[in-house]
Amino acid sequence: MMPAEAIVEARGVGKTYDGGVEALKDVSLALSRGRLNTLLGPSGCGKTTLLKIIAGLIPPSRGEVWVKGKKVDGPGPERAFVFQDFALLPWANVLRNVAFGLELRGMPKEQRDDLARKQIAEAGLSGFESSYPHQLSGGMRQRVGLARALAVDADIILMDEPFASVDEQTRRKFQEELLDLLRHKQKTVIFVTHSIEEATYLSDQIVLLSPRPGTVSKIIHPNIERGGRNPDEIRRDKNYLDVVDEIWQILKHYVV
Amino acid sequence: MTLFGKKIPIFFSLVIWFIVWELIGQAKLSTIIPPFSRVVVAGITILPTEKFSTAASISLRSFAIGMAFALVTGIPIGVMMARVESLSKILGMWVNIFVSAPISALVPILMAVVGIGETTVVVTVLLFAVFVIILDTQVGIKQADKSLVEMARSFGARRYQIYTKVLLLSALPEILAGVRLGAIRGVKGVVIGQLLIAILGVGELFELYSKHFLMEEFWALVIIVFMFAFTVSEAIASLERYVEYYASTR
Ligand SMILES: Nc1ncnc2c1ncn2[C@@H]1O[C@H](COP(=O)(O)OP(=O)(O)O)[C@@H](O)[C@H]1O
Ligand SMILES: [Mg+2]
Repeated sequence: MMPAEAIVEARGVGKTYDGGVEALKDVSLALSRGRLNTLLGPSGCGKTTLLKIIAGLIPPSRGEVWVKGKKVDGPGPERAFVFQDFALLPWANVLRNVAFGLELRGMPKEQRDDLARKQIAEAGLSGFESSYPHQLSGGMRQRVGLARALAVDADIILMDEPFASVDEQTRRKFQEELLDLLRHKQKTVIFVTHSIEEATYLSDQIVLLSPRPGTVSKIIHPNIERGGRNPDEIRRDKNYLDVVDEIWQILKHYVV
Repeated sequence: MTLFGKKIPIFFSLVIWFIVWELIGQAKLSTIIPPFSRVVVAGITILPTEKFSTAASISLRSFAIGMAFALVTGIPIGVMMARVESLSKILGMWVNIFVSAPISALVPILMAVVGIGETTVVVTVLLFAVFVIILDTQVGIKQADKSLVEMARSFGARRYQIYTKVLLLSALPEILAGVRLGAIRGVKGVVIGQLLIAILGVGELFELYSKHFLMEEFWALVIIVFMFAFTVSEAIASLERYVEYYASTR
């Protein structure tokens, strides 16, 4: 695969929380534009922390993050976040939730509702515009969360274990949809997961993090040949299985 | 019996109490307890009088003004206490003392400071109502889902948007519960304030009836005040149930 221009860069990022927990240590990485990048590592290794630092939601203790040539000092319109716990407003219906990012930007109601309706349709949620989050399944809630992130038309989508709380069938369906989405839109995705298979299956680049304090232990480019093959064929592919095994050989030393 | 739906049991127990009251009254056990039927008649007689409507409107006005002040001070103070650690350290102790303190004891001091008049009653209502509103608002904001705030920030929310579009709505069930408790206390505040001053509104009527030993009118007025407090509280409670429905998955 051709090397692509870095859209997100971390330089020597470290994070020590107030209580003294050192979550990240000297993380440097470059993430390519238009690609799906995964942060993979054992739980508690600082994946969420790193993602939130890139999002500008928490400041790093050391080092800096650059996004599109600008140093991050807070959230920005070129980045949108998909939360692990969905973070939907319980008192707002699907339409208002999907339009919420646009509402915060002060877009007139009619215009933002139009945009939100398009995203809702693309997410396969047509007919649920006036449903409330508690009336939806976990999978549907996550679709709402993704639609909200896509509605603001950010270049970079940050996803924190988005498929962690849905069942396996839905998870695989989501994975296909995500790959589809990337084929049609020029989005850069930074995807957090603790599933080796998921990371290998989806990613152009995998950043493997060591246990706490998280450091970059290896960067892997799976280079899986997709070309019209169906998901099951890909999962039997020798290259795919080799990458899964390579990551497992590293991660298994981290299991206590 | 399903004729009146769920209302039957409550209605039934009330009926039983009224019958007991009627029997005690008819038995002439005590001069301060007239039969319930005579109290009802007295109530029907005093309701349309001008004396009552004047007293009621003075009382209602004090209640409304006092509650309005309690809301516009209580909710912001509660919000700030939840968000600013140092403020909650400074004010928290006092709010907790005053929420359970016998505020009535302060009314004579108030009378000395602000004089004997409507202002005293308004301040009494405020003091009765405000602390529970502060406390419940603080709890509601503190319990608000942190990840919703983070979500709003990630989409570039400004500070005021985080308050208006996330925190206040998120805390609405608790705030309404505080307002309901505050309103009930506020009714107590009006009555106690006016009783102690004894020259205003419903308090003046209470004073008049008890001085002339008009026990039927006295109890009728008590029931009217109870019914008012109950109606206000039920109105807020129905608003709460409506809000709870949308907040059910918090
Ligand atoms: N707000 C916080 N305050 C203190 N420690 C935290 C905070 N958030 C996370 N941590 C700690 O930092 C470490 C990394 O957390 P996190 O980034 O959530 O890991 P991961 O997402 O990889 O599971 C964990 O040990 C966690 O307990
Ligand atoms: Mg995490």
